Amino acid sequence: MVEKALFAILMDGIFIKNFLLIQFLGLCSFVGVTKDVKSAAGMSGAVIFVMTMASIVSYIVYTYILKPTNMEFLDLISFIVVIAALVQLVEFIVRKNIPSLYRSLGIYLPLITTNCAVLGVVLLSVNSTYNFVQSVVFGIAAGIGFAIVMLMMSAIRERSTFVSVPSSIRGLPQAFFIATMLSMAFVNYFWVIPI
Amino acid sequence: MDPLSEYIRGITRDNPIFGLVLGLCPTLAVTTSVENAIGMSAGTAFVLVCSNVFVSALRKQIPSAVRLPIFIIIIATFVSIVKMVMQAYFPPMYAALGVFIPLIVVNCVIIGRAEAYANKNNVFYSFIDGLGISTGFLLVLMLIGGIREILGTGQIVTFDYTLITLPVNPSVTTMILPPGAFLTIGGLMAIVNYQRAKKRAKGG
Repeated sequence: MVEKALFAILMDGIFIKNFLLIQFLGLCSFVGVTKDVKSAAGMSGAVIFVMTMASIVSYIVYTYILKPTNMEFLDLISFIVVIAALVQLVEFIVRKNIPSLYRSLGIYLPLITTNCAVLGVVLLSVNSTYNFVQSVVFGIAAGIGFAIVMLMMSAIRERSTFVSVPSSIRGLPQAFFIATMLSMAFVNYFWVIPI
Repeated sequence: MDPLSEYIRGITRDNPIFGLVLGLCPTLAVTTSVENAIGMSAGTAFVLVCSNVFVSALRKQIPSAVRLPIFIIIIATFVSIVKMVMQAYFPPMYAALGVFIPLIVVNCVIIGRAEAYANKNNVFYSFIDGLGISTGFLLVLMLIGGIREILGTGQIVTFDYTLITLPVNPSVTTMILPPGAFLTIGGLMAIVNYQRAKKRAKGG
């Protein structure tokens, strides 16, 4: 496998393989937490942090524990345990040291365990046989891409509550139509960024 | 409760996509064709039925404080089985569905049913509930996959059989690309909402 440049991986994670709009990972929080900008920002911050940490820890677990013992088939179970433990740990640390951040993130932290974007980033970097630095960069990039789309979406949805639409479209269908437009813009990055 | 109405409930009122709005990620990601939709639903159905039965059989032994980690371990075990079987016997399907087969483990439908239904009901009804929800999931995925495939490629080809061919090929390639998924599900949800509002107005 050809070594991929770090910049290419960064652009890949943020735009070309954007987790929400192109790969459809983490849609539950995408439609659930984008009703106002503040909670979307809190959720994105927590996701960026957990994604980066999960990439680091799961790379170590996969390369130094599962591979030498020939137990790659246990990858799924060990990754989900790693992510769950990590989310718990983050919750403890944040609650102890930065209580103000904990109050604003509070409810979103436990939700991240079942966010498919976090498990997705770990599985994708294992599948593409990234090395340590590459997987960490991919984790950060995926988190940034997630945050950008969450912020755009929540800002648009905040404004769109003033628009008058038929009652059957209000709510989820409207959110999906907005996502269609955003996704159309992101699909074009395939051609805009030649890698 | 009679079993048949419990089964139907999974397709209509508790439909995983339109009723409960759970498990959106695989719904949108793999529905580029009917064939992928069937493969994905088959995998999900196996995991859902098995985990429902297992959780329900063990519901008196599982301490409620640590039930969620235990549910996740049970689900992850069945997902690993599906992943390995699919990798061994259906490699093209596995390649097409990619990372979404292992991601069944975080599909909210499965853990949602374990928590909301299997943890409270007996084995038989949990089995029926699993079947009903899986059927609802399959029907919605096939509908979305069908709409996207026929508008995107002009025909529906499932397991090497051409089922429908349009006389004119619309080939709206956007429909197979990611935006088409958002557009299709948004439209379908609007229709479902409209029908529900009409029914409610009629019923008073």
